[in-house]
Amino acid sequence: MSATTALRSGSARRALPGLGLSLGVTLSWLGLIVLIPLAALVIKPWSLGLAGVTAVLMDDRVQAAFRLSFGAALLAAIISLPLGLLFAWVITRYRFPGRRLLDALVDLPFALPTAVAGLALTALFANNGWLGGPLAEAFGWQIAYRPVGVLIALIFVALPFMIRSVEPVLRDLTLEGEEAAATLGATRAQTLRRVVLPALAPALITGFGLGFGRAVGEYGSVIFIAGNMPMSTEIAPLLIVVKLEQYDDAGAAAVGLAMLVLAFVILLALNVLQRRLRRGRA
Amino acid sequence: MTRHPLARRGFLAAASTLAAAPAFGQSAPTLLNVSYDPTREFYRAFNTAFTAHWTGGGQPRPTISTSHGGSGRQARSVIDGLAADVVTLALAYDVDAIAERGYIAPDWQRRLPENSCPYTSTIVLLVRRGNPKAVRDWGDLLKPGVSIITPNPKTSGGARWNYLAFWAWALHEPGGTSATAEQAVTQLFRQVPVLDAGARGSLTTFAQRNQGDVFLSWENEAHLALQEFPQAGLEIIYPSLSILAEPPVAVVDRNVERRGTKALAEAYLQHLYSPEGQQLAARHHYRPRDRAVLAEAGARFPAMELVTIQDAFGGWAEAQRTHFSDGGVFDRIYRPGR
Repeated sequence: MSATTALRSGSARRALPGLGLSLGVTLSWLGLIVLIPLAALVIKPWSLGLAGVTAVLMDDRVQAAFRLSFGAALLAAIISLPLGLLFAWVITRYRFPGRRLLDALVDLPFALPTAVAGLALTALFANNGWLGGPLAEAFGWQIAYRPVGVLIALIFVALPFMIRSVEPVLRDLTLEGEEAAATLGATRAQTLRRVVLPALAPALITGFGLGFGRAVGEYGSVIFIAGNMPMSTEIAPLLIVVKLEQYDDAGAAAVGLAMLVLAFVILLALNVLQRRLRRGRA
Repeated sequence: MTRHPLARRGFLAAASTLAAAPAFGQSAPTLLNVSYDPTREFYRAFNTAFTAHWTGGGQPRPTISTSHGGSGRQARSVIDGLAADVVTLALAYDVDAIAERGYIAPDWQRRLPENSCPYTSTIVLLVRRGNPKAVRDWGDLLKPGVSIITPNPKTSGGARWNYLAFWAWALHEPGGTSATAEQAVTQLFRQVPVLDAGARGSLTTFAQRNQGDVFLSWENEAHLALQEFPQAGLEIIYPSLSILAEPPVAVVDRNVERRGTKALAEAYLQHLYSPEGQQLAARHHYRPRDRAVLAEAGARFPAMELVTIQDAFGGWAEAQRTHFSDGGVFDRIYRPGR
């Protein structure tokens, strides 16, 4: 409401014309592609009634799938945090042969069909695979078809988001700040902790949020490596597919809606955290 | 999605024919057969044979495309508007689901001979070279240390047949009741380390990822696996008793009426029952209904005691409700604390 009034009173005086048109186009597209499908998702489950939706969501198997999906996605985002920072650091701060190639490789998971990634990871980590075989022999570890397999697939999809969020900020961060800190007698650890990391924090949180969001909904690559056992390695998106195959649309929508709400709350919390950090710095 | 590229083109062609239907309806007939996963090779051969048969009768040459995927998902695509002329799915339950939404007449199963199932199959056991775990029958699967690969019955039609075949065997054992069968099937699934979504995925897990000792399989998929992975030395074990899997076929009434392909679609399905269709089915390891063709195939289809879903389970709707619906027997297997 207030946005429209601001728009109306401001449009005549604004230096940059076209706000009305561009905002209108943006909102129509957003409505068509994001809001209407989401609205359908919000409406659909209630054909079961409140008790029905609660029964679907309180089911042990659904709960187990949620724990796995959200737990593994959070863990994947947490692991991607230092890993992505390190990777971004390497490709922005150092010059070495093959750097550009490495830089391009980071984007590959964005473009690779997730099913291909899933098949490749499974072939690699199954206990007759290149990596899975030696690991199983040396330590008795099994990776594919276990929750840790799910985690590996999720790190694979989350990591590029982390790297691509941090990298531009790191690139713009001039060396002068670090040099000033050094001349003022800061140790290297202090410089990293008090100068570099605070500047990167908002970007790290953005990367964390994007990586987490992507990982929580990931389906294609996970189902190959997960083993899909109810109560242990079954992810929530698979449960949605299972329910759809049983022609249980409302149940599937209930699980989808719960995922949406949970993910939204987590992303909102990250956003608030990011804003606090920004304000703290200013 | 593992949809055949031709299917997509066929769908586009179908859609464009639809747009131009009244004027050019009969000039370039197209037919879309929406089928399930393991029928790829069979329908590729059958489409060629049927095209020759149809044009031999002086009809214009039709373009036939086939789409493959999990049976349930394929049924869902038709319900959601995929313009299939005929469906050839893994189980009657999926065709019933389409019929329930008004696309197919409710009496579809009585419109063609043999309950609208022109060929049958059954469930067999596939083991590794030399059968190291000495698996001879269903009972051997429950021995400690035997690990079994089957897809998830919730998402795979074939896996439902696997489950029901095992259940029928457990019930048939001396002293077998539904309580002992439930116990046996619970034990069976405790020994399943991976549940893939579909039969082809499971076969990859078994044959290429080297998981498990026994693979529960459609008979025709088992033969295909022997050809596909000759170096693996897989062996087929025929259990003492199994289930008669009856994959049904049906014309999608609403779509053929709109597209004017009724005669073509009906002829297509009827040709499945002809000696040529039956021979092709047998060649692709589906058990033909035609006794003469079956006799000709001889030892390739060992005689087994086969129970039908109607006799052993009271039909698909009943089996689905008891075993595979949410809260059914299959869900109880994975309840914690058991």
